[in-house]
Order: sequence, then structure tokens, then C-alpha cells
Amino acid sequence: MGEIPEKFFIPEVVDVKQRVTDIGPPHYKNFLPPVIQKNYGDWKTHEILSPGLMVHIANSGDKIWTVRIASPRILSTTTLREFADIADKYCDGYFRFTTRNNVEFLVSDESKVQPLIDELKAKKFMIGGIGPRVSNIVHTQGWVHCHGSATDASGLVKCIMDELADYFTTKELPNKVRLAVACCTNMCGAVHCSDIALVGIHTKVPRVDHVKFKDLCELPTTMAACPTAAITPDPAKKSIKLNEQKCMYCGNCFSVCPAMPIKDAENDGVAIVVGGKVGNLRTRPKFSKLAVPYLPNNPPRWPEVTKAIKKILDAYIAGAKKHERVGEWIERIGWEKFFAVTGIPFTWQHVDDWTYAFETFRTYAHIKWVK
Amino acid sequence: MTKKYDTPLLDELEKGPFPSFVTEIKKAAEKNPMAADLLGQLEESYRTKITYWKHGGIVGVRGYGGGVIGRYSELADKYPNVAHFHTCRINQPAGLFYTSAAIRFYCDLWDRFGSGLTNMHGSTGDTVLLGTTTDNLEPIATVLSLNGFDIGGSGSALRTPSCCVGPARCEWSMIDTLDITYDLTQEFQDELHRPQFPYKYKIKVVGCPIDCNAAIARADCSIIGTWKGPIAIDQDRVRDYAKKGMNIQEEIVNMCPGKCITWDGNTLKINDEDCVHCFHCIAKLSGALKPTPPFGATILIGSKAPFVIGATLSWVIIPFMEMKPPYQEIKDLTRKWWEWWSEYGKNRERIGELIIRRGMREFLEISELEPIPEMIKEPRRDPFFFWKEGDLEGKPWEAWLK
Repeated sequence: MGEIPEKFFIPEVVDVKQRVTDIGPPHYKNFLPPVIQKNYGDWKTHEILSPGLMVHIANSGDKIWTVRIASPRILSTTTLREFADIADKYCDGYFRFTTRNNVEFLVSDESKVQPLIDELKAKKFMIGGIGPRVSNIVHTQGWVHCHGSATDASGLVKCIMDELADYFTTKELPNKVRLAVACCTNMCGAVHCSDIALVGIHTKVPRVDHVKFKDLCELPTTMAACPTAAITPDPAKKSIKLNEQKCMYCGNCFSVCPAMPIKDAENDGVAIVVGGKVGNLRTRPKFSKLAVPYLPNNPPRWPEVTKAIKKILDAYIAGAKKHERVGEWIERIGWEKFFAVTGIPFTWQHVDDWTYAFETFRTYAHIKWVK
Repeated sequence: MTKKYDTPLLDELEKGPFPSFVTEIKKAAEKNPMAADLLGQLEESYRTKITYWKHGGIVGVRGYGGGVIGRYSELADKYPNVAHFHTCRINQPAGLFYTSAAIRFYCDLWDRFGSGLTNMHGSTGDTVLLGTTTDNLEPIATVLSLNGFDIGGSGSALRTPSCCVGPARCEWSMIDTLDITYDLTQEFQDELHRPQFPYKYKIKVVGCPIDCNAAIARADCSIIGTWKGPIAIDQDRVRDYAKKGMNIQEEIVNMCPGKCITWDGNTLKINDEDCVHCFHCIAKLSGALKPTPPFGATILIGSKAPFVIGATLSWVIIPFMEMKPPYQEIKDLTRKWWEWWSEYGKNRERIGELIIRRGMREFLEISELEPIPEMIKEPRRDPFFFWKEGDLEGKPWEAWLK
């Protein structure tokens, strides 16, 4: 259990009877550089030397340098082999990925740090993402690989990161800004607790195929999937009735019932939520809240979305104190001021009308008079 | 030669500084017909603003009930090489460390049996190998197992546990996140590979309250490193930060949620009794402040994305648990939780939703835990409470008022 062979191998002819089950992942120690094995759990401190370079110093005095580059998360074997070659040249073969899908080259020999950076630059890799900056955007599969996507994820990420590239490679922000993209409200990424996040949304009810329903769908599961109890049985048709007044277009019924497609090229779009965080630093972890209820799905470059993100980020940069995350800044200035400084129009959709609505209504007379 | 499609819309996404996923698909498409047809279908999605993947499809490997996600194209006639385009989730090494040899092994495997495209990594943490056919699944699983790798979780099962970089390369990690992740993954292989729960169950482990793996927001069980000792202060290094321009009053003292720090321009003092263990001062005065033992973890339960009852953040169940191998306490509790959830959970009901439906009291009782203030933000504000036979038996007010 946990072991790897001395040399990885793929037999010419694969005998599937040789398969062993339940061995679990290989032990992580197989992949740790010697300096990490030696100083495991015994690190003293670290310094960020530049936006894409940090050094960790162990109590023993040993050091390891990390050079971070951006990745689109979708990686071809061609690019992965290139990473492997670079890692062999400068890192004795050792590298890792971050939980936000960046690539980190782990250098044990200081003299190899600058040559590594030079080669990465020459090959046009984007170095950065460490410290109070924009890091990579956590995102979902989108049109590349998902049946439920209301928008593409990789494309949105590419457009936003192109727009914000300087905040990855050089410029500092008041604190880190964590971005996320979910291509539907199922939210396979942690969009609900990000500084700024996009979520693909529908705006029209699902289309019920009554003929297919009885073959493809289970009635109790479909009814239970609806967060607003808009789905009731229709015994005559052996299908369901959809109360269109109650439907909030979340698409969860489609997740369990293929006979209720909701995708809609003209009416699907993108919402922006802001102010979430997962860390406990200073203030408690928070959910993201709705900033922009709808922007059109406008591939390939989504100009409205990138412009909106930039406006929100610029307002944050102008208004936040050092170390304040987006959510902390908004809480300090108040939502009325957030809408004033960003200029985002306040609409019916911003006022909650779902289960926890009353938690969000203002129950105090603290009000800022904004222009 | 693979088929070439005109992709004027996707070509727009090869411009700009951020690395392009389109370029990646094109690189794979040079030698792989699946990747080539993926590019064709994706261009069509960009043209029509709609996805062309079919809903679901059950595929798998012998003996397992998950780990492979079936995916079929709606446009199989037009793009026959993505008629099947299944995903294999591979259980990642804890901490996402690799060697060049391991990565080349993945590449060799996926050039031979798949599309040549990967996700490093999926949201849950697995190494994701994108795009293969049903026939290739058994050989893929076999080759993986011959090389010490195994498939990850999907469906109503334990999902592949994951963690932050932890003690491998972080001075702040107060628990061994990699070892806990590895150990729990090995312990629960059956629950990971053979879906047997009402719905998915995610475990995420992070070394400190910074939470670099978003454990508190996206794991049914969030294990977050913390400490009980005082914060050790290296006054000289604090002064260095001040000399280098940090406004300690503004940036540290005023931002402390416990209001327990003072700074007189020379000495930093922390009243540890009032510290809420948020980690801000330690993270910003890196190397000058550090947490001291006892180290352990806060165990929280219940976070998930919005469906169906709305998004939740995990709730504190155990404020402090020692985390030493073999991690028996968390394993025993996990088994109790799963037994209760399997007994009472409805189809597609997460454990957090079941706690809301049946009440925290029942959950704590089956966990054999007493209620304590650390579990709540505030006591209830409604005057409606359940009483159980025996709640008043010991006359709980007497000892207090004596």
C-alpha cells in the first residue's frame, strides 16, 4: 500500500486480471524533494522574494525556493512533459500544484533559481500569484466537459486573467483576491465563498418532456431536487407539473432528470457575487453575496463580464485598507456605499426572496447617505 | 493525421498573457483525434452558446462503483471521436507533490489510452484524466494499479480527501495534513470506491485557520489545524517589521478580532486569554510570531454548495481534537456519523442537511458529545424548545445556584 515501482511502466499488452483494487494513492513521501523530507514539519519562516518566488527556511537552516507559474488547469500531456523536463533541469524532478491549480517548481539549489526563472520567462510562462495578488481562478468544466453548464468556465477564466494579468505578475492589492468561476449554480468550485466569483445562471424555466419523463426520471427524486417546491406530480401524464411562478431556474431538477432541459442559448448568462472568504483571519469566513444579477453570455471574450470585474476590483483597490479582503472592505463601508462606488445598478434580484430572506433585510437604522 | 477544424472563436482565446486552454487542446489535437474532435465541438458551443454533452451515463471499472464519470456527446455523428469522452479521477498524492517520472507516467498512460488532456487538478483534488472510451477503462485501472495509483471517488461515496501543502512546506501547519489525508484515504478505501451513502461526503484537511484548501466551505467534514498554547513573540523581529515600515498599530493591533494585542512602539503584548485564534497577527508578522503547542484540530461538519437548502459553512462540532496517528478518534466518529446518516438520510441529502432536518441534538447524541458554547455563534432566540424525558431530572439549576 502506498508504494510505487522503482520505474513506472506500461505493459505492451495489458492483462486486466493483474489489477489490484483498494490500494489507495501512492504515499506522498515518494514525491517529496529530499530537503522537504529532511525538514518536514520543521520550517521556521518564509519570505516572498518577488511575486512568483518565495523561499522557505527550516530551523536547520536549509532552504527551498518555490517558483510559481499560472496554469489554465486544462493541460495537455505535451505541456506536462515540458514541466517534467524543466523540473529535471532545475529541481531534480520535483514540482507540485497548488490547490488553485498553479504550478510550483521546487528548487533546492539557489544557483538554479534565476536560470529557472529566465527559462520560464523565455518560454512565456506567467510567473507570479504569490502574496497580496490575484492568484489563479478556481473553476469548473463548462462547455469543455459538462452537460449542465450555463456558460463556459475556461473561457471566462482566460478572459478575466488576461485582463487582470498585472495583478498576478507584479501589482499588489490590499490583500489577496480569490476569484472563482462556476458554470452553473451547482457550483463545483467554492464560488460561494470567494472575493469575486462568477456563476452561470438560467433565467427561463426548464422544458418538461412529458413523454420522456416516465422513462428517464424518478418522481420523488425530481420533486425533492427543487428548492422551491415548484414540482408536483401529474399522475395523468405520469410526469410532473411545474409551477412556473415558483421556479427560480436553478436547474437542479435537470441534474436528476434529463427530461427537464434548461439550457438556453439566448437567455442563460453570468451573475457576479462578491465578498466571500474562507480564511478565519481577522473576520469570520463569509459567503459571497450578489453584486450583479445578470450579464450576457458573450463568448469568446465576454467583454461585459471582464469590464464588470475590473470595475469592482478597481473600487476595492481605491477603497480598501491594507489587509482588508473584498468582503471586509464592503462590510466596513456598507452595501449602500458599495453600490454607490461601483455604480452597479441595484435591482429586484438583489433583494432576497428565498428561504433565508428575512436574515438579509436591514433591521437597524444605521444608514449611510450616499450620493 | 488528426482532423483539423476551423476555430475562429476559440482562436481569440489564444491571445493575451494568461496561458490558453485552447492552445492546450490544440497541442493535444495535433496527435490525438479525441482532442481534435473536442476542439470542433467546443467551437460549436462557442458559436451557439450551449453545451453539447449528454446528461450522465453510467460507466465504471470492475469492483468499483465510482471514480469514472461517463460523458457522451450529443453530436456524436459530427464529432465521432468524442462520442465517448469519459473522465477518470485518479487519487492524487497528498499535497499535490509529483516527480517528473510520475508525471511522464501519467502522460504515457493518457497518450495511449485517452485524449492527451488532463485537469491538474479537479475541484475535489483528484488528478483528472479527461476523455477516454469505455473499452479503455479496465486497462487504465490496471496500469494505474500496477504503478501504485488508484482511482478516486465519485457519486454517493466518500470523495477523495484532500489537504493544503501542510508541514511539507509551511511553517504554520499545526497538524500533519498530508499524513491525515493519506491515512484516512487508506482507512476508508471501501467507502471511497463503492458508493453506499445517501450522497457525497467530502473530507478536507488544512493546517491552520488560513484554510488554503477552503475546507470550511466545501467539505462535509472540515479538519482545521489550531493551537492552545500562547503565541510566542520574537520582539526583535517585530521591531524589524516596524522599522521596515509596517504600521503595527493599524495593521496588527486594530485588526485583531479579540482586541487582545497592544504595541507601545517597542514591545508587542498579547493577552492570550482573549485570543480567538484567527491567525491574522501570526500570518502578517511571519517569523516574528508563532503558535505554540498543544496543537490539534477543530472538527467542523456540514459545508456544501447551494443545492438544495442553500450554501452552508461547516459547523464546529469538536473545538479541539488531538491529531496523532492512528487518528482513531476521528475515524470512530466518522463511522458513527456515516451510520446515522445512512440510516436516516434521504437520497441526495448531505449530512449537513440531515442535521438541519433532524436537529443538532440528535447528531450530538449519536456522536456521544455534550453541547458546549464553542459549537454555536449564539444560543437560540426562539422560546420553542424540545424537552426530553430526563432533561430536568438532575435539577441542573441547583448546582449553579448553590
